[in-house]
Amino acid sequence: MSRWARGSMLAVPLLFLGVFFVYPVLTILGRGLWPGGDLDLSPLREVVGDPSMRDIAWFTVWQAALSTLLTLAIGIPAAYALTQFRFRGAALVRALVVVPFVLPTLVVGSAFLAVGVEPSLGAILVAHVFFNYAVVVRTVGGIWAHLDRRQEDAARLLGASRLRTFASVTLPALRPAIAAAGAIVFLFTFASFGVVLVLGGPTRSTLETEIYRQTAQLLDLRTAAALSIIQLVAVLGLLMVTERLQGRRHVALRLQASRDTVRAPRSPGERVFLWANLAIAALLLGGPIAVLVARAFETPHGVGLEHFRALGTLHATSVLFVPPEQAIWNSLSYAAAAAALALAVGGLAAFAIVRTRRAGAIDAALTLPLGVSAVTIGFGFLIALDDPPLDLRTEWILVPIAQALVAIPFVVRLTTPVLRSIDPRLREAAAMLGAPPRRVWREVDLPIAARALAIAGGFAFAIALGEFGATVFLARPDRPTLPVVIYRLLGQPGPSNFGAAMAASTILLVLAGLSVLAVDRARVADVGTF
Amino acid sequence: MRTRRLTTVVATMAIALGVTTAPAGAQGDKADDVTIRLVTHDSFAVSKSVLRHFTSETGITVEVLAAGDAGAALNQVILTKDDPIGDVFFGVDNTFLSRALDEGIFLRSAVPNGSHVPRSLRLDPSERALPIDHGAVCVNYDKAWFRRHGLAVPRTLEDLAKPKYRDLLVVENPATSSPGLAFVLATVDRFGDDGWRGYWSRLRDNGTEVVNGWEEAYNGSFSAGEGNGDRPLVVSYASSPAAAVYFSEPRPKHSPIGTVLDTCFDQIEFAGVVKGTEHEAEARKLVNFMLSEEFQQDIPLQMFVFPARSDVELPAVFQQFADVPEHPAKLPPGEIDQHREQWIDEWTDTVLR
Amino acid sequence: MLSVEQLTVRFGDQVALDDVALSVDDGEIVCVLGPSGSGKSTLLRAIAGLEPLAAGRVLRDGADLAGIPPQRRGLGLMFQEHTLFPHRDVVGNVAFGPRMHGAGRAAADEQARAMLALVGLADYEHRGVAELSGGEQQRVALARALAPAPAVLMLDEPLGALDRGLRERLVDDLGALFRELGQSVLFVTHDHDEAFGLADRVAILRAGRVEQVGPPAELWRRPETEFVAAFLGWNVVMGSGTGLGRVAIRPDALLLDGDGALAGVVRTRTFRRDHWRLRVALEAAGETVDVVVRDPEPPAPGDRVRLAVDPAGVVRLP
Repeated sequence: MSRWARGSMLAVPLLFLGVFFVYPVLTILGRGLWPGGDLDLSPLREVVGDPSMRDIAWFTVWQAALSTLLTLAIGIPAAYALTQFRFRGAALVRALVVVPFVLPTLVVGSAFLAVGVEPSLGAILVAHVFFNYAVVVRTVGGIWAHLDRRQEDAARLLGASRLRTFASVTLPALRPAIAAAGAIVFLFTFASFGVVLVLGGPTRSTLETEIYRQTAQLLDLRTAAALSIIQLVAVLGLLMVTERLQGRRHVALRLQASRDTVRAPRSPGERVFLWANLAIAALLLGGPIAVLVARAFETPHGVGLEHFRALGTLHATSVLFVPPEQAIWNSLSYAAAAAALALAVGGLAAFAIVRTRRAGAIDAALTLPLGVSAVTIGFGFLIALDDPPLDLRTEWILVPIAQALVAIPFVVRLTTPVLRSIDPRLREAAAMLGAPPRRVWREVDLPIAARALAIAGGFAFAIALGEFGATVFLARPDRPTLPVVIYRLLGQPGPSNFGAAMAASTILLVLAGLSVLAVDRARVADVGTF
Repeated sequence: MRTRRLTTVVATMAIALGVTTAPAGAQGDKADDVTIRLVTHDSFAVSKSVLRHFTSETGITVEVLAAGDAGAALNQVILTKDDPIGDVFFGVDNTFLSRALDEGIFLRSAVPNGSHVPRSLRLDPSERALPIDHGAVCVNYDKAWFRRHGLAVPRTLEDLAKPKYRDLLVVENPATSSPGLAFVLATVDRFGDDGWRGYWSRLRDNGTEVVNGWEEAYNGSFSAGEGNGDRPLVVSYASSPAAAVYFSEPRPKHSPIGTVLDTCFDQIEFAGVVKGTEHEAEARKLVNFMLSEEFQQDIPLQMFVFPARSDVELPAVFQQFADVPEHPAKLPPGEIDQHREQWIDEWTDTVLR
Repeated sequence: MLSVEQLTVRFGDQVALDDVALSVDDGEIVCVLGPSGSGKSTLLRAIAGLEPLAAGRVLRDGADLAGIPPQRRGLGLMFQEHTLFPHRDVVGNVAFGPRMHGAGRAAADEQARAMLALVGLADYEHRGVAELSGGEQQRVALARALAPAPAVLMLDEPLGALDRGLRERLVDDLGALFRELGQSVLFVTHDHDEAFGLADRVAILRAGRVEQVGPPAELWRRPETEFVAAFLGWNVVMGSGTGLGRVAIRPDALLLDGDGALAGVVRTRTFRRDHWRLRVALEAAGETVDVVVRDPEPPAPGDRVRLAVDPAGVVRLP
């Protein structure tokens, strides 16, 4: 593909990122570090010199590391169990484990609290595993399911024990996937906000909660800017390290269609392993969700739909009230807009990434928004996007844009492996038959990528559905999404309010579950992380 | 100097124009259908019918922009003060009033209805921020729990530190929670600069639990909340007993929750016309309307606080169940603004470390 | 007519093609024959414009193709692995070329159908490519490459993936097809039978250099270098002790003769359908030669034999 075409493909994602991420973030950082026009780096010095800030930074790092290790420790065996064995309902289970990932932390935090969990480090860790379980299972499991069994068989025949085979054949093949999964989990837990705030209690703050406090509560933009920069640097460092770990050239794995590698558990040991993992998944993931759903149906008169009905009547006279169908519709339409944006931007980025040598840098740039505080981005929107033609501050479109920023990295991760797996000779064949580069893209890459894009779009939709952090900080015209409705209900005393909040959470759960299931239907034998 | 004089002249003309062209009564004025923006927080509530009435009376449509919690909303308004996102801002309370005024986000707006508000609430002599509602942050208790354990309900702040109430109280972190901060301010007012930290040491030693937000405290730790909490004392609102009745299906005859009236801190919520608005006259009308009988009467069941005007009737559930502290703690907004960070730091040092 | 002059291709420090010269006349079928790794595929890719040249030129009808991208060179390339488009059916694949050259949907499909009939797959239009057998895929790939009527069709190991019986049959069919169409063809292979059966001229490629070019019969009768001789299966004899000097001897030019000049011992004996192949260790020279014997009862391993040499099958090596 000509440099021109490649360049223009890259231009769209970079432009999007530049206008809706870099520009707002730089603006708000500028307010903090460029007061009155001169660069003032003293906040950075102050923050670095402040022992409590250093403690916060340190806590952020080690709780993220611990959470990541824990999630990997639980997730890798689960990845094996859920993707290597054939059992009834396997596809359903694989789809359902993604639901926690897309739920807003606010909903889950409430579920944990309602069950009696006390704020503690343990609570943070468990919640982190709850959310990120799916990342490991799907990323590592996705590759594992397609690894060529024959390589392991060959090792066994040459005399290697099970453990040895795992260590010297399987693990190296899985290393890129494990690194990728670990990186995402670390990123999320590093920038974790809701979980730390709700389940960490006042003695535990991370950079993220501190930035929130400085920006949203104290409006101390100087300190917030200093902290944001530290966070940005850390995230960039992390992304670079993972790029190194994943290996520059994607090793051509010998991949088989999963049909060939999946089998029923044979020995009692395998059966126990499988059932143990299913039990852990049911407990860990299903537990809080079951609590939520139970509370939604629990009324003073026994099990009933009272709370669901109440969604339509409670506060119905209020000006900020919307009937539940409206909230659902808002959620769905925002999510659709966000998915469309994420697909367009992420899809183009994926196409450009597979053709360029600077793939790592572009991927890192697009993943950055995940590591920047939502409140920073939200406030950045406020002060940056205030002049025509970008006077979008109070426009509804900002919500899907903010949601898209979070979904784009996933679209890229879901699409690039498929694109990379396109045999370059197919493109050459098309060229030899007379197709100019742009035509090649249209006739070869696009149709093959179409399915991957559809899946990515569905996933982006699910993520946008549950997105809360960015949307709550935008001064929005009143078109609340389900998470906002839940947030409002949870802020008031009274069992009816709480019950209604649980009912709305259940609806959100179901919607998220349906989107994930729909996406999974579309996947057949495929090669893709996540 | 010149510009200020000019601005005053223009402003006066605008007001004059506004006053003469706007109808005083309820005749529908179809002169200009203007839309103004009300920036507020997500706990804002007013009846749709009340706002509709305002629109039909004045021809002004109100678009409500909700922006997170009160602190976030205020800070967004401050952040954008050079190019405001709204015309009216509702939602700054007395703990942050000074900052709002110092940042100059409001315009002076002496509205007619303002005269109905008791003097004690008018904390802004410059009349830029007008009090719309007030409430009290107090310690609530779980009646059933105390009955069950045969324990007398604590009566004063001092009581909370007594050993017989050990491990029973949950409070919110003043750094992250508005009621949390209010409660700490109450102790500052009561025990003074020299004594409040000592008090908190005793509270800490008495097993007080600290959480980050109201929701975790009330629905997580409070035994009469929605979680399986084990603490029968929580920092919440004087109106929580009423809310617990009102938002219960079926409505109980008595509220399961009571209030320790000695522990209350007065919280007043203000609104004002945003400086830089292009619809000053209309904005003023809205602020005025917020102090009208209709709007004020609507406040209790919508936002579960008390209307600023003392001459409006309270709904039955409020009269029955909402507790009204006689002498809630108060601190001047200026003093709060000056020492807030310092007090929070000292509190953190005393309680959390 | 296609010609290649001083073609050199490098991959880093490695020289893949070194000063290659070749030509394909209108209607001619030329084959480049060589072992794996000799650079055959690279040669085709370089001519196609898919690999950059370090030196040399590719000329089509006298015009230098430098700077012209692959899609505009008017050359066809059929890949070793067929590389059919998985997301299109058979007719979709074959009609692709005509579509890229500007034909409308209907016209392109027409041409595709005609091509499919030519390769004997007339009823396969709407089959998916994954459903086809190896031979069927090969024919679809061929039809696809031929459909846009390229000036020269290049084929990379066209019969490589097929079994022997099919291969032999297809050599004849392909030859007939190309001659009927008057299509200029350049193909590469490592298989002698394919090369000699199909081509008008054969070039032997070794490590990126052309060792010898010529019509098949000539190549077969007169190998000019040791490599070519060995590649074609001739015995290469160093000569010391045999009184022959450095020569290449065709296996069927060594005859079992009780009075023969060379004495040796049979080491192995392999059955080859219509002849036996004996490996004989020559006493005098200490070398081993392959001997073709059509006797139904040839000597067994361990037997002593004497061989006579037919001078017609001997070539002096440089």
